[in-house]
Amino acid sequence: MSEIIEGIYQAINLILTLNPEMLEITLRTIYISLSSTLFATIIGVPLGGLINFKTFKGKRGLVNIIQTLYSVPTVLVGLFVFLLISRAGILGELNLLFTPTGMILCQTILIMPILVGFTINALSGVEKNIEDLAMSLGANQFQTIYTIMKEAKYALMGAVILGFGRAISEVGVALLIGGNIRGFTRVITTTISLETSRGNIALSVALGIILMLIALVINLILNIIQEK
Amino acid sequence: MNRKFLATIIIVIVVLLGLGAYLYASGQGGNEVLVVATTTSLEDTGLLEEIEAAFEAKYPNIDMQVISAGTGIAIEYGKRGDADIVLVHDREREEELIAEGIGTERNPFAYNYFYIIGPSDDPAQIRGMNAAEAFIKIKDEGEENPDLVEFISRGDDSGTHASEKKIWDATGLDYSKTIQTGKWYVESGKGMGDTLMIANERQGYTLSDSGTFLSFKAETQLEILISESEELLNVYTAIPINSNLVPDTNIDAADKLVEFLLSSEGQKIIEDFGIEEYGQTLFTPLKNGPKPINYI
Repeated sequence: MSEIIEGIYQAINLILTLNPEMLEITLRTIYISLSSTLFATIIGVPLGGLINFKTFKGKRGLVNIIQTLYSVPTVLVGLFVFLLISRAGILGELNLLFTPTGMILCQTILIMPILVGFTINALSGVEKNIEDLAMSLGANQFQTIYTIMKEAKYALMGAVILGFGRAISEVGVALLIGGNIRGFTRVITTTISLETSRGNIALSVALGIILMLIALVINLILNIIQEK
Repeated sequence: MNRKFLATIIIVIVVLLGLGAYLYASGQGGNEVLVVATTTSLEDTGLLEEIEAAFEAKYPNIDMQVISAGTGIAIEYGKRGDADIVLVHDREREEELIAEGIGTERNPFAYNYFYIIGPSDDPAQIRGMNAAEAFIKIKDEGEENPDLVEFISRGDDSGTHASEKKIWDATGLDYSKTIQTGKWYVESGKGMGDTLMIANERQGYTLSDSGTFLSFKAETQLEILISESEELLNVYTAIPINSNLVPDTNIDAADKLVEFLLSSEGQKIIEDFGIEEYGQTLFTPLKNGPKPINYI
């Protein structure tokens, strides 16, 4: 247990001294997970809206599949993308394997189901009478959708935060697609995994604490945006 | 909300673009990339970090990128063309890779010995034996008393696991019939560090490369019971990936790394590595140093 106290001490030390390698890894972690969240949001929310507002055959089945994908193991997504972007794969020409861009692509795919699925949930949670009210006040289809989105904004923000949480904390994709290359694709979770296998338990705890602090700060910012 | 939402997204995009530009600009000096897939022991001990620094200082236009994985997956990266060179330690699979024409040449550059690790009270009494005798003794005692004597295996097809299986073969016992089915035989399916932690928790025996054990020693109550038995020899080899057969590998940079590893500068780094941190060397250079017993 002494490793935890030592870890807290090391975390404070790493933050106060602004350790350059640590700073770089932290910035890269934020860059990759925030980019994936952004792309997944830009694609996932409209897609979720589209699925929610359209009625079509097999809609329930589709929603079931999307919800099942919430629990897809990160290594499985990693493996799938690996086969795709490995030099021997279909997209091998793009040279995306072992690059931050490849990691963003893979994490975007990983958290997309969360964004789509929770958008559907959030929108279908808005009461039907709001839709009717908007329509009766003479709103066109776009204005109606906009009104419903506005009603559901807290739930939508929840989806974004959850997606971000999964992206920043996962290690399967980061290891398999990123390769944990020092100074290029190393992020906090893969550093924790490496330092643990090196026997530096206290340092791993320190890195874990730093990751939680980043998540806290980003969630605070997102909450401030939401409150306004 | 619409305008604010747009503003937020724009701010996020600007921040991300800035971050991305900063990271790409600060991280990478070289314009030629050399992807090295390596077994975990070379990376976990920190040896490769030192080699990388010296190699990049010598060839500033080459950016050496190290991907550390088990020998199995490292070779797979090579076969798929995702790595330009592999640094591994499993002779049979290395020779397969050469036979398939994917690897150009085996270049042994360093060696050390695996250790047989166990609890300090040594419940199976294996101290002083050779590796095969010790394995038989662990099996016999384990079958008799599985609560007291256990063997923790990597069980992950890594180079270390392959060497362990080779020792079982040397005992004449059938690995899948007699060993794997034993109640005393535990397969962790994890890396060396995790396996050592499990061995420590269960106070069992295990086979470990010397580097990983020495970096973990302080965290465990385990001891080296057998070292330097002939069967425990562990040779690290560099194999460049053939660019004629596998798409777009950087064979020039790979050959330069081999040359560097075998140069007196590279061999000196290997020889001196570990003295500062562990008080002893972890690897013996194979070109300049003394040859191991019965080395072919």
